[in-house]
Amino acid sequence: MMLQVESVSKSLNEQLILDQVSFQVKKGSCFGIIGPNGSGKSTLLKNISGYYRPSSGTVRIQGEEIHKIPRKKLAQKVAVLSQEALSPYPVSVFDTVLMGRYPHLKWYQREGKKDFDKVEEILELTELSHLQNHTLDTLSGGERQRVAIAKAMAQEPELLLLDEPTTYLDIGHQISILRLVQTWQNETDLTVIMVLHDLNLASQFCDQLLLLHRGKVVKIGTSKEVIKKDMLEKVYETIPEIIPHPKTDVPQILLGV
Amino acid sequence: MTSSQHNRWLKKLIIWIPFLIAVLILAIMFSVSVGSADLDLKTIWFILLSKLPIIGDAIEPNWTVNDETIVWNIRMPRIILAVLVGAALAASGVVYQGVLRNPLADPYILGVSSGSALGASLVLLFGIELVILGQWTLPVVAFLMGLITLVIVYFLAKVNGRLQIETLILSGVVVQAFVGATISLILALSEQKMQTIMYWIMGSLVLTDWSYNRVVFPFVIIGILIILFMIRELNMLVLGEEAAQHTGVNVQRVRLILLVVASFVTGAAVSVSGTIGFVGLIVPHIVRLMVGSDHRLIFPISILGGAIFLVGADTIARTILSPRELPIGIITAFLGAPFFGYLLRKRKTGYF
Repeated sequence: MMLQVESVSKSLNEQLILDQVSFQVKKGSCFGIIGPNGSGKSTLLKNISGYYRPSSGTVRIQGEEIHKIPRKKLAQKVAVLSQEALSPYPVSVFDTVLMGRYPHLKWYQREGKKDFDKVEEILELTELSHLQNHTLDTLSGGERQRVAIAKAMAQEPELLLLDEPTTYLDIGHQISILRLVQTWQNETDLTVIMVLHDLNLASQFCDQLLLLHRGKVVKIGTSKEVIKKDMLEKVYETIPEIIPHPKTDVPQILLGV
Repeated sequence: MTSSQHNRWLKKLIIWIPFLIAVLILAIMFSVSVGSADLDLKTIWFILLSKLPIIGDAIEPNWTVNDETIVWNIRMPRIILAVLVGAALAASGVVYQGVLRNPLADPYILGVSSGSALGASLVLLFGIELVILGQWTLPVVAFLMGLITLVIVYFLAKVNGRLQIETLILSGVVVQAFVGATISLILALSEQKMQTIMYWIMGSLVLTDWSYNRVVFPFVIIGILIILFMIRELNMLVLGEEAAQHTGVNVQRVRLILLVVASFVTGAAVSVSGTIGFVGLIVPHIVRLMVGSDHRLIFPISILGGAIFLVGADTIARTILSPRELPIGIITAFLGAPFFGYLLRKRKTGYF
């Protein structure tokens, strides 16, 4: 088991944000966390990444409790992509991706040929080679997000956490980012956990979905089990139409006004 | 693509560093050559050469003891102290701006300088001289007061065991305001000592001998070395605290070490030279505008830039109205502000 979350609760400013959340994620799978605004999705992800410490309950990565793993060692296993992952700072794409090698370097060590080769390979894969000497402040939001993914790839993690990686992106860039994650996953047996706002994308890209509402787990299951009319009506307080995708048969949502 | 192309920063550094070292040596040579005492250049050079190992032994002294004292015991210690203080202030300015991610940060933002100034004012007001410390009473008290202030600022800012950058800057401002008021009170009460205290606060390198250099030197060198080892982390912090943490940086620890080390370096500089303004704020910005945002470049170049800048400013401060001396802070602001304004206008994109 890659990740085990056991009855995690989290309070922020004396307000209960997460209430006894438990679930497990198998190695190599893609796990989606969905739910309305304020349901606690991002807080849940921050508890999994080790950024927050749960008020109660435990998070284990490959059986090891996350807060007992030193930062650097954790970064060898887990990479995180937040909503706005990189500031538009005038640092070159190459140097940014190279920072992903940090967890693999000792404090006295400089980046060597092995690291440069790795970064080049990743830049190739993410189609960023032609931009490698450009600086982040000159890139578009979609390109910056790709750089963030490339940097996460350079960490060579086993678990990738994504917090709404497609927010602010147009549909073309949304798909290209998720495809990139998918390709990577297929090649390396990577486990992916992502918070997604867009239920249609979540339904298509994830093996398993967790529906969160007011900090509590409503349902965990495949998209066919979770993306259901009654379930969504209760949580989102709107009445969606659900139809199967004409090509893949996964449930998709149509919104009526 | 060969790996040498990935070390472009290193190539830039290999060009910049020797160039700046040459400029610094020229600045020192020029500075030692000018002053109110009329000495001819040849004598000055021979006095300096005679101080070098090996070569020095071959030189026959044909100058007066007085000349040697002026060059070696009055001008040189002061110039070298300008090098050390300039390097120290610029180095810690880079660290403060990077760690606090704030373009307005300077080495004084966390109150180190106002604490030192308060300590110095008290010593000057009461004419205290502690027996064990002797002439060192003022710098030691100033240094300790600076660190005490830092500790107060730090504990004010700590919430739930975490250090929030915004809170840190705010508590620095608050403590500075309070300490500043205390200094004003001392000034108001002091009357006769007012001018001495004011001059100390404005910063000056007057009355320097070699012993000041010997005391400040280890702080500056050790501080710079520690920071050099954390440059990669500093670069990562700038891209965002969360991102750095997720890439394996122990953000809280790295930040604390960098701020404390930079404060020690600042404290050491302030204790012997007062609060010379502008160097720590402007030099890192000028360097950033010239070489970009990579701290592997900004840091070493700022150190040399700060040294050159302060040697130049001090030379002007002591010669322009000779035999009167101007407070060096006036010169640093007069030189730094227009140049910085020019670079800021020339640059079209944001850079911080």
